[in-house]
Amino acid sequence: MTALAQLELASAICDYSLRIGDDSLVLSHRLSEWVARAPEFEEDVALANLALDLLGQARTLLGYAGQGLGKSADDLAYWRDDRQYRNLLLVEQPNGDFAMTIVRHLFFSSYQLLLYQALAESKDTTLAGAAAKGAKEARYHRDHAAAWTQRLGDGTEESHKRMVRALTALWPFTAEMFEDDAITAELAEAGMAPLGSALKDDWHAFVQHTLVASTLEVPEAGFQRTGGRQGFHSEHLGHMLAEMQHLHRSHPDASW
Amino acid sequence: MSAQPGWPLWEVFVRSRRGLSHTHVGSLHAPDWEMAVQNARDLYTRRGEGVSIWVVAANQIHASDPDEKGPLFDPPEDKVYRHPTFYKVPEDLKL
Repeated sequence: MTALAQLELASAICDYSLRIGDDSLVLSHRLSEWVARAPEFEEDVALANLALDLLGQARTLLGYAGQGLGKSADDLAYWRDDRQYRNLLLVEQPNGDFAMTIVRHLFFSSYQLLLYQALAESKDTTLAGAAAKGAKEARYHRDHAAAWTQRLGDGTEESHKRMVRALTALWPFTAEMFEDDAITAELAEAGMAPLGSALKDDWHAFVQHTLVASTLEVPEAGFQRTGGRQGFHSEHLGHMLAEMQHLHRSHPDASW
Repeated sequence: MSAQPGWPLWEVFVRSRRGLSHTHVGSLHAPDWEMAVQNARDLYTRRGEGVSIWVVAANQIHASDPDEKGPLFDPPEDKVYRHPTFYKVPEDLKL
């Protein structure tokens, strides 16, 4: 491998770590917004636990991305604006009601589990290690979301109605998870990361199975929104970052 | 944040890494036993406290009556021969 090719590969790994690190960071913050507001005390703690798992993944992955950029994980979390974030549009969508949060988590965690299982085989040992650890967390996240999907889908008339609404609202953000571009193609070629498209069939099979078992249906295919991986986000991310970042930006050197 | 009337109470038992039996650690509300196990995992094993969880519907536990404490527990108290303290233990036996 030439020196130039090596540099390009390192840059691709850095971008890739940012992408999946941002997924975890943004969803972690969204879930933390539920703290003290969840429908039940037990679920409040459950959502906070999910948020902490995701925050741990973000620390590892953004720390790794930062090595190539000369920045810390905190620098990346607090000093980038929305155009520089690389997360999926799905994870930045507002919490909405509990059904919306559960559907978002079902979609994301079933994708993240497949992604991390594949990434655990990466030739990049840091990514492989983070993914192997994260896969255990994602498995629990997926199970928790699937358990609630079943109970809400096959629950009351009201809960079923809300699940249908959430599925319809969030379905347009699912195709983005399986998009490929130059970075994923290069990393897949080098055995560093899976192609997004390679995860699609298994994801659909799991989601369909879960929804059918919950008396719900997979929404009809329609318009799909993408762009998060290139930094084109929905209006929601900027508001979220304003809240997440303002304290750190107001007091840059503050520590506990 | 108050518990909904439909959510029953569950008693949680956790087996720690070293222990041999499950120990009662507390209780929680959950719609069914599967969610109760998940909630117990989050509430009681967050820092590696356990390797196994039992949940039992609180209304399935039958307890002794506190007023019956005397009849239930007092009789053995005053009978020293109930306690195996009259045997000589060989010195080289490690207990």
